[in-house]
Amino acid sequence: MTGIGVIAAATLRECTRRRVFGVIVVLTGLFLALYTLGTLTAFHHLGKPAPGDDVDVTVLAGATLLGLAMFATLFLSTVVAVFLTFNVLRGDAEQGLLQPMVVRPPGRVVFLAGRFGAAAVVSAGYAATVYAAAVVITGLAGGWWPDEAVLPGVELAAGAAVVTAISLAGSVHLSTIANGIAVLMLFGAGLVGGLLGQIGDAIHSDTLSSIGTITSWALPFDALYQAGLHALTSDTSGITGVIVHLGPLGGAQPAGPLLAPWVLGYVLVVVALAGAAFVRRDL
Amino acid sequence: MPDAFAASGLEKRYGRVEALAGVSLQVGEGELVGLLGPNGAGKSTLVKIGCGLVRPSGGRAEVFGRPAGSREARRALGYLAELFRFPGWLRADELLRLHQGLAGSTGGAAERDELLELVGLADVGRRKVDQMSKGMQQRLGIAQAMIGTPRLLVLDEPTSALDPAGRRTVRTLLEELRGRGISVLLNSHLLSEVELVCDRVVIITRGRVVAHGRPDELTQARGVSVETDEGERRFDLGRDEVPELVARLVAEGRRIYGVQVIRSTLEEAYLEAVEGESR
Repeated sequence: MTGIGVIAAATLRECTRRRVFGVIVVLTGLFLALYTLGTLTAFHHLGKPAPGDDVDVTVLAGATLLGLAMFATLFLSTVVAVFLTFNVLRGDAEQGLLQPMVVRPPGRVVFLAGRFGAAAVVSAGYAATVYAAAVVITGLAGGWWPDEAVLPGVELAAGAAVVTAISLAGSVHLSTIANGIAVLMLFGAGLVGGLLGQIGDAIHSDTLSSIGTITSWALPFDALYQAGLHALTSDTSGITGVIVHLGPLGGAQPAGPLLAPWVLGYVLVVVALAGAAFVRRDL
Repeated sequence: MPDAFAASGLEKRYGRVEALAGVSLQVGEGELVGLLGPNGAGKSTLVKIGCGLVRPSGGRAEVFGRPAGSREARRALGYLAELFRFPGWLRADELLRLHQGLAGSTGGAAERDELLELVGLADVGRRKVDQMSKGMQQRLGIAQAMIGTPRLLVLDEPTSALDPAGRRTVRTLLEELRGRGISVLLNSHLLSEVELVCDRVVIITRGRVVAHGRPDELTQARGVSVETDEGERRFDLGRDEVPELVARLVAEGRRIYGVQVIRSTLEEAYLEAVEGESR
């Protein structure tokens, strides 16, 4: 096994060993149980859609509930991503955990790449798994399935990988707590920026729209979340389509052709910058 | 043949603080060199530069002729940090296996078992790190540093958490390493430990080398003590003059029960060097 594989395997083993991951699994189970209860209750009270209704309430309820679940999933996977990476460099160096590893032949860049790879796989996998569970729960409880079932999950997973990269980069210079707070605040800023953009589009404010656009490029997990929301109901039209595309906690926006390459490049550049800073840092 | 470790005019500044101010020293192949100095002298900074953990502000540091911190240099060394800590969720054997993977060692279970045996942890290979005492973790750290049979072992305060028995184990281990031809740079506060095992000693204070040499070179003759029938008498003479002294005392009718050449201890030499620099 190469150095990067050894580091990644150790990180993945750490995930299964540390008690806090048991807590994450239990709390995620509770979240999904709560979501199941909420979804069953909501669909139970909806009643049957009447012919001639302008709004398909089943689609509206399903898309709204799953949109909320996506928001919760992005938040939870952000917490997981931050937890996996917020102390990886400076925090672990201050504790003396890092030095014995990076004096080994693979060195710092390989160490960082291995930690990022494993943390991104875990946080992205977590996001995809929770999203898939929410889709199944929504479908079984209310008989509504998203127009695009897979793409939103992929976009949420990519969003988690973006947060992982940002948190890893922050850990080069920031202490553990400072980095955790900074990344969660960036997460909030990204979502608020997206909301402002939606409001700007609705009231035709170029300033607010620009804020939304810039935020989406600067913190693309928000753009990925919006694209995922849009994909849920990409084939839904009419008044129902207009309403569901407003989306809960941030409106839905289709992904442009540049989003995927931008996200890929963004992650690579952020990790590369983290590596360049890490190599120069005294430990 | 390049030295195992060579520092030449090494400088390191942290802002306005000058940690190293032109340190030069060598550790020959198979040599055991002790690094002594007060707190804040720059010893750990020097060791960290040697391991590639800290970048020097000036000068050069090489490991077997390769720049310190390069992949080739890292391949040649094993390191135990002063502030040693290992993931608590790993078992002792797993920690060694992880470092085998990183060091590219093909020693397998035999190497792990041998190293655990060598540091007195043969019975606790399955124990998690966070269930070990500080002393056991330090022993495990020494075993970790020896993974892959490094040609240069850099040990930063390797006995700080050990009891006297543990220190003795480490001393025996260091002597065995010397027997195997492994070079060791030992940073320690324990002068007796350094005096007992090191081939050479380098004393650093305020980022400068203030004394270096073999322990017996650094210590000085302080006279001769002779136990006679009239009691113990001190003479301000050197070792070479002992036969004549004994012959003279016997000729004078004295009965000699014991003769001892008195030397200053390494501790005295150390304090003289450090305090001399401070004045």
